[in-house]
Amino acid sequence: MVVNCEQVWREISNYLEGETDPALRAAMDDHFCTCKACASVLAGTRNVTALYGDERMIEVPAGFSRRLEKKIAQGVRSEKSGWSTWSAWLVPVAALVLIGVGVRVANSVTLNPPLKSEHADPGHDIPPDMPVVVSVATRTFHVAGCDFIHNKETVRTMKASEAIREGYVPCVRCMRKYLSVAGLPVGLDADALTAEEALKETEGD
Amino acid sequence: MPEPNAILNNPELAGGTREQDLIARVQRGQHELFYELVQPFERRVYAAALAILRNEADAEDVAQEAVLKALANIRQFRAEARFSTWLIQIAVNEALMRRRRERTRSVESIDDHRDEESEYKPREFADWREIPSEALERKEVRQKLAEALASLDHKYREVFMLRDMEQLNIQETAEALGISIASVKTRLLRARLMLRDLLAVGWQQGWFSREPMGKGNKPW
Repeated sequence: MVVNCEQVWREISNYLEGETDPALRAAMDDHFCTCKACASVLAGTRNVTALYGDERMIEVPAGFSRRLEKKIAQGVRSEKSGWSTWSAWLVPVAALVLIGVGVRVANSVTLNPPLKSEHADPGHDIPPDMPVVVSVATRTFHVAGCDFIHNKETVRTMKASEAIREGYVPCVRCMRKYLSVAGLPVGLDADALTAEEALKETEGD
Repeated sequence: MPEPNAILNNPELAGGTREQDLIARVQRGQHELFYELVQPFERRVYAAALAILRNEADAEDVAQEAVLKALANIRQFRAEARFSTWLIQIAVNEALMRRRRERTRSVESIDDHRDEESEYKPREFADWREIPSEALERKEVRQKLAEALASLDHKYREVFMLRDMEQLNIQETAEALGISIASVKTRLLRARLMLRDLLAVGWQQGWFSREPMGKGNKPW
């Protein structure tokens, strides 16, 4: 293969990159031996790549490194303060969540406390078929003849299960047997009729 | 896997390991080590920006922005690439974006095509000798070389800078500039030949001689 000067100039950059195929490279090598102009082009181009490829050709303004280091430090700080801002928000948010959870837990305890008043005790083990007298005015039910039936003009008779279903609560005197306060059974009141006695009285009638 | 002693005795391996270690630590959140990681390449980042923007203040500004962007995206860096190449590509992108923002190039792009279609023929055929690298110790020589490079049209200057100064390969240069490999090769050939002609003038006028350049001995 023989190459002329213009072909050499077109390929000189690829030649320096080592990207010419072996046949073309050999032809160019032969050409450089005989052509002073192309040898000059090759030598000059090599000088260009060698000189500009030198680290010393890259000059930075005075103080460049210091300013860059400072800028990075600022960037890192602002990133961290960005996190601090987050964490600054996180603390009160976490506190609010904790307070909320605390209130909820407290409420679950305080809203359903053990009964402290026997007047609100719904009673337990009351025979469902037991006849009771309900006082509409006081929302309580009693065994018949109980002294604590108030507003007797509003009383009705029904089964205990019906009275409980309608929201009546047992009388703390006559139904004491069936009541408990704070989980502790309450003793029978000597003054009050027991449910059994009241039942017998009712049956006797 | 090289032996630990082999790594210690081989600065290149040791440097690579140190760089990888720094990258891993910065990626894990030790951002205060980031300057140590970029410091060996800071000059190249600046040079990339300067070649595109041709303004020292803008180049420094873009170099800083590029480095901060690299920090913000350090988790996206994958070990398959060279860190320096990744960093320089970010700087090139930032510089190109700034240039686009600052001026429209519609007229320029018509000229770009016409220039690339015609072949560049060398003009100077003086007998060259190898220019000793010691010549670069002289600030005035570096200045002349910088001026010659700055006189090139941006499309030749950018390709030349990335390939011959930043040592990116042809493929990486094409990717960084968003142009084809064929365009990189064409522009690179032209840039090298144009610089050669500019330097040939200087060669004749004694830029690279051991004596300092005299007053009135300006090549252009």
